[in-house]
Amino acid sequence: MSAPSHLENNGLREHRLDRQPTANLLGTDAGRGKLADALFRNATRTFAFLLLAVVTTILASLYFGGLPALKKFGLGFLVSTQWNPVTEQFGALVAIFGTLVTSAIAMLIGVPVSFGIALFVTELSPRWLKRPIATAIELLAAIPSIIYGMWGLFVFAPLFADNVQPWVSDNLGDLPWVGMLFQGPPMGIGMFTAGLILAIMVIPFISSVMRDVFEVVPTMLKESAYGLGATTWEVVRHVVLPYTKVGVIGGIMLGLGRALGETMAVTFVIGNAHEINASLFMPGNTISSTLANEFTEAVGDMYTSSLIALGLILFVITFLVLAMAKLLLMRLTAKEGRRT
Amino acid sequence: MNLYTRRRVINVINLSLSVFMTAFGLFWLVWLMWTLFSNGFQWLGPEIFTKNTPPPGSAGGLANAIMGSLIITGVATLIGTPVGVLVGTYLAEFGRFSRIAAAVRFVNDVLLSAPSIIIGVFIYEVFVVTTGHFSGWAGALALSLIIIPVVTRTTEDMMRLVPDSLREAAAALGAARWKVVSSIVYRASMTGILTGVLLGFARISGETAPLLFTALNNQFWSTDMSHPMPNLPVVIFQFAMSPYEDWHHLAWAGALLITLSVLALNIVARTVLRPRRIER
Repeated sequence: MSAPSHLENNGLREHRLDRQPTANLLGTDAGRGKLADALFRNATRTFAFLLLAVVTTILASLYFGGLPALKKFGLGFLVSTQWNPVTEQFGALVAIFGTLVTSAIAMLIGVPVSFGIALFVTELSPRWLKRPIATAIELLAAIPSIIYGMWGLFVFAPLFADNVQPWVSDNLGDLPWVGMLFQGPPMGIGMFTAGLILAIMVIPFISSVMRDVFEVVPTMLKESAYGLGATTWEVVRHVVLPYTKVGVIGGIMLGLGRALGETMAVTFVIGNAHEINASLFMPGNTISSTLANEFTEAVGDMYTSSLIALGLILFVITFLVLAMAKLLLMRLTAKEGRRT
Repeated sequence: MNLYTRRRVINVINLSLSVFMTAFGLFWLVWLMWTLFSNGFQWLGPEIFTKNTPPPGSAGGLANAIMGSLIITGVATLIGTPVGVLVGTYLAEFGRFSRIAAAVRFVNDVLLSAPSIIIGVFIYEVFVVTTGHFSGWAGALALSLIIIPVVTRTTEDMMRLVPDSLREAAAALGAARWKVVSSIVYRASMTGILTGVLLGFARISGETAPLLFTALNNQFWSTDMSHPMPNLPVVIFQFAMSPYEDWHHLAWAGALLITLSVLALNIVARTVLRPRRIER
């Protein structure tokens, strides 16, 4: 786990329990350099506190910025579908709905694909192919999100509208219940396209966490299962997955956090319509795309304040998802510590 | 079908699905790159680097946007690197297992995963509103808030890979703590930290959302950081969303340019600078 990239061990904070603190041993070094020592130590500590202060300030500024709107609309802000800059009536439900639906689509597509990739890289791939494939998948995360947006709008959406959407609407649109998910004019852009692009963007994050945790499964466990005659799939299903389930869920949560907050790619393809539609092929809006589109143009304090309140909601949602992911991953590392 | 055959069949189906999923993942990468090259390469001439962004209908390049992006990301990296390294040093050397360190670590992860548009809104509120106008400084500050957690995380991880026996050996020779950290630990973890900085730089050079309400944009050549500054991501966004054909061409050229540089930085960071694993 010495991977240098912030991506490869995103969230997998290692608590190395095998190391004892050496602060006392080195810290009591008397004599020369005492002043320099104190200066150095305090400088690093100051900046650590500064970081704490900055994040607190972010939360506080979002809260106070959004306060006028939250005061005026109260809890109704969360459940109102109004978004009318002219009459200054604002509600967050449309944007929250869009954010949750697109992220859900992203997870539905992204999680199985990430699992397949992690399975391929850890169990199936020949040794020489592992690194190239892992690196190529991770490059997906390096591509700026605006590029995904342009590609989605100019290349994917037209193709999708011409070749896939009519067929899906014709064949699935009349089914009871599920049918209404696929109705509407073939525009190419909309909730589904945004969700699919989000899926592609979170695949590298989820699959790299899955790969990392799959690799910590002791070989002996797997070989015991093989020795009993299990197939590769059975080993993965009944040994690897149960052993790593907490880490896998943690990885999925980290991907979910990404999907919830992604801005530019979604802004290009979501269609920017303040409405809630049952159909996934209809345009919508997410919190981040609303901010990207309207923040600089917002006239009036209530408009700006409502947008900031939206930002606060988004920050709180991603914060909760991250906190849950960290808790799960911490449980995994704690278990690891006991075993060794 | 007996049980044995059924298990074999399930195995083959699921493993084939896994291979298919990998191909599915790689397929998008290939398609994206193909799109960028087929749409952007033909417009990538020398005038891209020599002319400024044009009004619609006339020829031009992206020189001012490229310069602005380099300045903003450069300044952001210059602000973010020392801060990140110092916080990382605190976590790895002084804080370690303390409660405060755990809190800083958590907050750092919050910042790392915070939606970048939120950072933009934050800087808008505390900097743009206070100073009264959009500026290059605001953009650089926003981006530095994005690179700081990346550098902090890598610095701590890399410094903790340095064996404690090295620190103890230096201390036994009478070196003060700052001396131990600066000439032993930093030196041992230098490539790793540098990799983190490079990856962070690559990440912020493609960030668009935090620049929308901070650096804004500018159609002219400008190196004055206290005014709205042209920058590549926002130019690409505005040009791509515009109805003008020639602006689209510039947007594609810019998109190809930015992706190639980001991917090149990533590959360099991952291959050339990749530190050898320290065997434990």
